[in-house]
Amino acid sequence: MAILVIAEHDNASLKGATLNTVTAATQMGGDIHVLVAGEGCQAAADQAAKVAGVDKVLVADSAAYAHQLAENVSLLVAELGKDYSHVVAPATTSGKNFMPRVAALLDVAQVSDITRVESADTFDRPIYAGNAIATVQSLDAIKVITVRTTGFDAAAAEGGSAAVEAVGSTHDAGVSSFVGEEMAVSDRPELTAAKVVVSGGRGMGSGENFALIDAVADKLGAAVGASRAAVDAGFVPNDMQVGQTGKIVAPELYVAVGISGAIQHLAGMKDSKIIVAINKDEEAPIFQVADYGLVADLFDVLPELEKQL
Amino acid sequence: MKVLVTVKRVIDYNVKVRVKSDNSDVDLSNVKMAMNPFCEIAVEEAVRLKEAGVATEVVAVSLGAKNCQEQLRTALALGADRAIHVESDEVLESLTVAKLLKKVVEEEQPDLIVMGKQAIDTDNNQTGQMLAALTGYGQGTFASEVKVEGGKAQVTREVDGGLQTVELALPAIVTTDLRLNEPRYASLPNIMKAKKKPLDVKTPADLGVEVTSHTKVLKVTPPAERQAGIKVASVEELVDKLKNEAKVI
Repeated sequence: MAILVIAEHDNASLKGATLNTVTAATQMGGDIHVLVAGEGCQAAADQAAKVAGVDKVLVADSAAYAHQLAENVSLLVAELGKDYSHVVAPATTSGKNFMPRVAALLDVAQVSDITRVESADTFDRPIYAGNAIATVQSLDAIKVITVRTTGFDAAAAEGGSAAVEAVGSTHDAGVSSFVGEEMAVSDRPELTAAKVVVSGGRGMGSGENFALIDAVADKLGAAVGASRAAVDAGFVPNDMQVGQTGKIVAPELYVAVGISGAIQHLAGMKDSKIIVAINKDEEAPIFQVADYGLVADLFDVLPELEKQL
Repeated sequence: MKVLVTVKRVIDYNVKVRVKSDNSDVDLSNVKMAMNPFCEIAVEEAVRLKEAGVATEVVAVSLGAKNCQEQLRTALALGADRAIHVESDEVLESLTVAKLLKKVVEEEQPDLIVMGKQAIDTDNNQTGQMLAALTGYGQGTFASEVKVEGGKAQVTREVDGGLQTVELALPAIVTTDLRLNEPRYASLPNIMKAKKKPLDVKTPADLGVEVTSHTKVLKVTPPAERQAGIKVASVEELVDKLKNEAKVI
């Protein structure tokens, strides 16, 4: 039996999350086939064929898959998935959207957000905002799995030479349609893939003040994140939220500025290698997980930090 | 238009959970329980649809042991009209919950089903999507805005890169994200009134669904603890530590 990995891509290129997912799949054991479902997605498929460890790439090119609508993609993946031991996708908002549908169509459970592969049927996954790790065995013949990408290294993007095959079948459930999107445009690295992340919280006080964070992030080549409080307050958009229900990050360096450190936020960043906390409240729980804490007013610290970097 | 809204009883989000010493599960004895925060947002959205004259009836559903009726009463106090409790003392996996809800949907025939995107205990983020697959309905997951008009729902979704808007034929399923609304608190008169609202109890057997297990939890362990580090006195010292000790910049 082989493993079907569902690629994350934007038709033009493969997203980094796919590479971490391939690594997780490799640890489950078996040939790795990657499905690229999209519209005009040949370029992404060609990239997938070069990923080390990939044995075959399947391309489903149809307008029905253009925006990864879960209703349509899940029908395709469930149809193909019947012939595999594992169906695996990254636990991105796209994977989280269609994979449970795939599992239900196959009448199997989904094991969500795995961080470790113990064996072909047993996986670790965080529960209760990462305050406990469950080791879960799947009893189903087909294992449907989403992968927390920070738990696995990226497979090499080059070095493979998999065959690329077209998949003929097109599924359009006809119950949903794409209306539009507002995507954040940024020159900074992607939050989940950045080596350095600087995040701001409620203490930033306003969206304008995030310019202070941006300036430091630019010096460090960092991505900018935020706590839920900062997003709820409307300082910054939702795609910047780090936490239990937002993005999970594990960079080399995470700088938390004006973030108190609720368990829901810690769930999204506590696997970072080095954590720096800057907060004027020395009792803030963020200091309990920080390698370096600076108790000071962020409005003094950030300009100074920018100067010294 | 009838709206069905689901409610899960979970550990209160402020409580720090501890793993049992035998590593069988987390310890939930004498721990404060509450409605899952995403379900609160779902109830609020359903009630607002009714207040806006879009919905005519809001039905709340919960599945689990007897005590989840407390959370159903909360939903009734927040404005749901009646409640259905599917009672079971067994562990209900997402797929089983989706199968049970499908039967409830067949009986109730709602036009819209509003659910939390995930429960903060198991963090699975599955049940809404699974119910959508089993019913064949469209889904608007991780919703930050819902508009219902002319037999369709337009749902703005929080996705990794920003926001995406999809249009769904009704009936459809919406799962809530944090920014959809800010849930209200139940007032005392409404809490009193909720005690008199109808609450039907059914069992999985009544609904013709067998409770099965597709997964087995082998153990539950605490995560690796992070040790608190040191406090630095100045920006200068911080930069020095990051450069020369941690070597991350």
